[in-house]
Amino acid sequence: MSSYLELTARQRIPAIFDAGSFEEFLPPSERVASPHLAQLDAPVSFDDGVVVGRGRLGGHVVFGAAQEGGFMGGAVGEVHGAKLVGMLRRAIDEKAHAVLLLLESGGVRLHEANAGLIAVSEVMRAMLDARAAGIPVVAVVGGSNGCFGGMGISARCANVVIMSEEGRLAMSGPEVIETANGVEEFDSRDRALVWRTTGGKHRYLMGDCQMLVADDTAAFRAAALEAIGSIGNASLTLEDLLAEQAMLSRRLADTEGLAEPMDVWRKLGVPDPASVPMLDADAFLELAAPYRAGGQR
Amino acid sequence: METLHYRFEQGTRPLGGMPQLVGVVGSGNLEVLIEAAPLQGACEIDIRTAAVGFGATWQAVMADFHARWRLADARISINDMGATPAVVSLRLDQAVESLTGGTP
Repeated sequence: MSSYLELTARQRIPAIFDAGSFEEFLPPSERVASPHLAQLDAPVSFDDGVVVGRGRLGGHVVFGAAQEGGFMGGAVGEVHGAKLVGMLRRAIDEKAHAVLLLLESGGVRLHEANAGLIAVSEVMRAMLDARAAGIPVVAVVGGSNGCFGGMGISARCANVVIMSEEGRLAMSGPEVIETANGVEEFDSRDRALVWRTTGGKHRYLMGDCQMLVADDTAAFRAAALEAIGSIGNASLTLEDLLAEQAMLSRRLADTEGLAEPMDVWRKLGVPDPASVPMLDADAFLELAAPYRAGGQR
Repeated sequence: METLHYRFEQGTRPLGGMPQLVGVVGSGNLEVLIEAAPLQGACEIDIRTAAVGFGATWQAVMADFHARWRLADARISINDMGATPAVVSLRLDQAVESLTGGTP
């Protein structure tokens, strides 16, 4: 086992893609850093917190990106977003086999205000454009900063989301909810609660991620290969949207009034929900598969 | 932010290979970009740091670094978020090792 969680973005790329195959676009030596952060007299990074490029996965040409959670929590600024969008557009131009996004982000970089918000919306559009061009898009969420805000939405624009239990996926992050609605609503320091509500197991049971793996680079790589191979029609169809809407409606009705994830799991039919957080990935999948709310692929 | 610049003449160890980036611009950490550059045998180091007023410490850490490696025709660029001198030294060594694979 080799932890994915503990790697930097630059270490994740060679751990997931075929050895030596990745060619980076706009590498750090090009020094395309954030002009906004420089104006604010804040630290910048030579890659603005994201690696983008073209590599191979299982021999196929797969475009990809890895967000660096250690730089401003992986937050998306104008340059960071433009790099993601440029990579996705080039993947369309070059008819890539697939796009693999190694996401770790708190969402929009608030320092860059509207430029960051627009950047995230452009990322979503570019992801859907890639899918419309028949290119499967797969998102991986397994970093310690999770995937929140605009990037949480972006992740769900992918055909498949792959998570580890340690990965987290949501709209508002724990601190944001506590700040906005009070500690009675959500105690962001309750780590077990945070993972029960946003972690990979809950997302899998709720149908928000389609694959759950152990925190292991080989497991993530194998899941990415399997996911890309399993996607027939990558484009988002009306039938897909209607099926997703039906799933969400059913899920909402099934879980109405339930605030504690363990109650939600019990409602889904999971036997002994209290045991779920302690199970390893394989044991969890065996237990959870029959009860998950399902989800769009 | 504070910007610092150092140049050490007459290095003896030229660099080869593609530019490399090590480290991350996070709290108490830094990123080091190392590249070969035609500098008449010198090693130039550009630093952008969030910790203002530590020029003398940087000077000492950079002089130690140059004494260890004596790089020639090398450009090193640093984005720093308050890394301690020991962390800076380790990152610099990691950067050089990523290009040369060698030890001082």
